[in-house]
Order: sequence, then C-alpha cells, then structure tokens
Amino acid sequence: MNAFDWDAVGEALPLLLEGFRVTLLATVLGTLVAAVLGLAIAVAGRAPSRLVTVPVKAVMEFIRSTPLLVQLVGAAALFTSVEPLTIGIVVLGVHYATYTSEVYRAGIDGVPKGQWEACRALSLSPRRTWQAVILPQAVRNVLPALGNYAISMFKETPFLAVITVQEMVFEARKYGADHFAYTEAFTLAGLVFLVASYPTSLLMRKLEKRLGH
Amino acid sequence: MSDFLSTLVDEFPQVRAGLWVTLQATVLGSLLALLLSFTLGLMAGSKLLLVRGVSRTVVEFFRGTSLYIQLFWLYYAMPQLTGYELTPVVCGVVAFGLNYGAYGSEIVRGAINSVPRAQYEAAVALNMSPFHRMRKVILPQAWVQMIPSFTNLLIQLLKCTPLLWLISAADLMTVVQQIRDRTGETLTAYLTLLAAYFVLAYALTLLMNLLERSAKRRLGLHTGTRSLLRTRSAEAATTAGGAR
Repeated sequence: MNAFDWDAVGEALPLLLEGFRVTLLATVLGTLVAAVLGLAIAVAGRAPSRLVTVPVKAVMEFIRSTPLLVQLVGAAALFTSVEPLTIGIVVLGVHYATYTSEVYRAGIDGVPKGQWEACRALSLSPRRTWQAVILPQAVRNVLPALGNYAISMFKETPFLAVITVQEMVFEARKYGADHFAYTEAFTLAGLVFLVASYPTSLLMRKLEKRLGH
Repeated sequence: MSDFLSTLVDEFPQVRAGLWVTLQATVLGSLLALLLSFTLGLMAGSKLLLVRGVSRTVVEFFRGTSLYIQLFWLYYAMPQLTGYELTPVVCGVVAFGLNYGAYGSEIVRGAINSVPRAQYEAAVALNMSPFHRMRKVILPQAWVQMIPSFTNLLIQLLKCTPLLWLISAADLMTVVQQIRDRTGETLTAYLTLLAAYFVLAYALTLLMNLLERSAKRRLGLHTGTRSLLRTRSAEAATTAGGAR
C-alpha cells in the first residue's frame, strides 16, 4: 500500500498526452466513417427493393447488438497484416454507423411528406431529391445526436488499447506496469477523459436547445 | 464438423461456466445500476440544492470518465491505493453498476419529469403524502416510459461484459478465445462468439418487452403480442441523443 505519488503524475502526464493525440485522431476519423457510412446505410434502408432493405437491416441489427470489443479483437486477429489503428478506426466507425444510420433515418422520416411530393411534382431526379431537398433538412436535425455519439465513441476509444493501438490508456497501462503506479496513471487518464468530454457534452446540450429539440 | 465446433462441444462445461460469469456480471451489474439510477434520479428531483448537486456531480463524474478506466481503476489502482482487493467479477459488477447507474439516473429523471403536471396536482389535491404520491401515482406512469430506455442500457451493459476478459475473469469471451487458440480457427471462433452475444441480447430484449407489457397492463394499456418480438436498439439509438 502506498499513497498517491505526485511525482509519478508529473512524469506520466506527457506520455498520456502523447497517447491522447492518437485517441483524438481515432475519435475524429472514426466519427467521420460513422457519419458518412451511417448516411449511406440510412439512404440504402429506403431503397425501393426489399432485397436491399431486409439484409441491410439484419446486418445492422447484428452489429449493433454485439460487443464492440469482440468485433475489434476478431478483426485484429483476422487481418493481422493491417495496422491496428486502421482496424480500430474502421471497426469503431462501422459499429457507430449502425447507430448513426438510425439517427439519420429518424431525421429523414422527419422531413415532411410534402417535400417528397414537391420533388416528384418538379420531376427532380432521385439524386437531386436527396441532395438538394431531403438531406439538407434531415442532416441539420441530427447534428446534436451525431455529436453525442462522437462523445460516446471518444469514451470507448480505450478499447483500441486491447489491439495494441498506442492511445492514451495504452500509455497509462504501460506506465502503470513499468513503475507500478497504476493509481496515478489511471486516475490521470480518467481525469483527462472527464475534462475533455464534459465541456463537449455541455456544448452539445446547448446546440440541442438552439436547434429546438 | 469443424475442429472449433467439436472442441466447443467437448469443452461444454467450461463454456457454460464462462456463460455463467457473463450472465452474473450482466444481471448483478444491471441490478446495481437500477438501484443507483433510482437513487440518483430521485435525488435529482429534490428541492434541496445540496442533494441535487451531489446527484449531478456523481452522475457527471461516472459518465465523463470512461467505463474502461473505471474498471481498470478498480482492478489495478484500488489495491495499490487501499490494499483492498476485489475479485474480477465484483470489479466488473461495481464498474458496470456505477457507470450505467449514472446513465440510468438520467432516464429516471426524464421519465419522472415527463409525467403530466396535472397528475402531481391531482395527487396534492387528494392530500396524498409525497411518498404515497410518488409510489402510487408518479412512478407507475414513469416506469412504463423508463423500460424501453432501460432495455437499451441493459444491452449496452451486456455488450461491455467482454471487458471482464481484460481483468482475467473467465467470462464467455475468455473461454471461447482459449478454444480458438487451441484450434486456430479465428473466423469461426469470433463469429460464434458474436452470435452468442446476439442471442443473449435478443433474449434480454424479449424479457424486457414482457416486463413493459405487464407494466402497461397495470395502467390499463394493452399491447399486441407482436410488439413483444421487436428489438429496441433501433428506436433507442434515435432517442439516445440527450443521454450521452
């Protein structure tokens, strides 16, 4: 049993912040994948043919109800030649795309029916209908929800440490093991998460209010 | 039959033990989370600033510091700091309970606030005590609203239980990975594991749907049998916005 060692905190902080850059990178790129793929899935889910919509929905349901950690570790074990960070970003992105696609779907459903009818009346092509009429209205409504998913993804990036991505928690574990100072390393890592995510979530709440949710 | 699947069958007692650990952590963790959800959620509605403040601080703390860190802190840091050691499964239960309890308290708070104001006023007019009012009027109505969101949290919690593998509890993931290491069939092993979690998630959803139906019945609302089979993850994803 030993007390909290402040020297260890000072020593560990630079290492953790180094890892934090990887954490942020994974969050930003993962969110990007989730935002783009989620939109594609939401649009595919509205395809006229059931041959498209039923399999898409089944796969989404499966990915959504199975653990991210198993998906990550499984993907890393299968694709050993791919860089862990790339696997991490793709798996995070795909997993969260199954959430964001539902958010987009709700956003698209929220566009009044008259907008679709007007597009038909103007004989806009499907492409123009989506691009110029439906999506601009749908996406605006879903921005806060997407932001909230980015925050939750941020808090799940430590999973990447398991597949040897050298993000913040990986560094914390390493420092903890090397110096037998788990207390300091993990406390610090937790505080970094809190300091980064709390203001962001307040910001999202403000955005939600402004957009009138 | 493939090597992996035959080994899986041969090692059935071990797999069952792993499944049991996973289920234990899920059920006990969610019970602790439920308890905390109500405690913190009801505290959030208090008239006293201090009580509200304590609830808010605890909730933001456990939501803001990643679950992963909380689990590792309990497992690695707490013994170093206090000399007191918890078994891995207990670590899991406590970490899952605290983290999801914080999320759940927002569900409780939101559901209580969504009960129409007139219901409070009517209960006050009938001279009900605050406890009686909560117990007989507000909570039965709020409870129905909470169940779908709780279902979603329960599935999320189940999906976090493979973390137990990292703190060396012999859960389902650990056992299946051991069999995979012996047979070398990576794809089959992980697909089986995913399928197992999918089945567990669906089974839990069905149970929660039954619970929701009985809660609705008590309010005189009746639902069709078909609604029992639906999954919740999709609709919950769209409403999860504020709860992050």
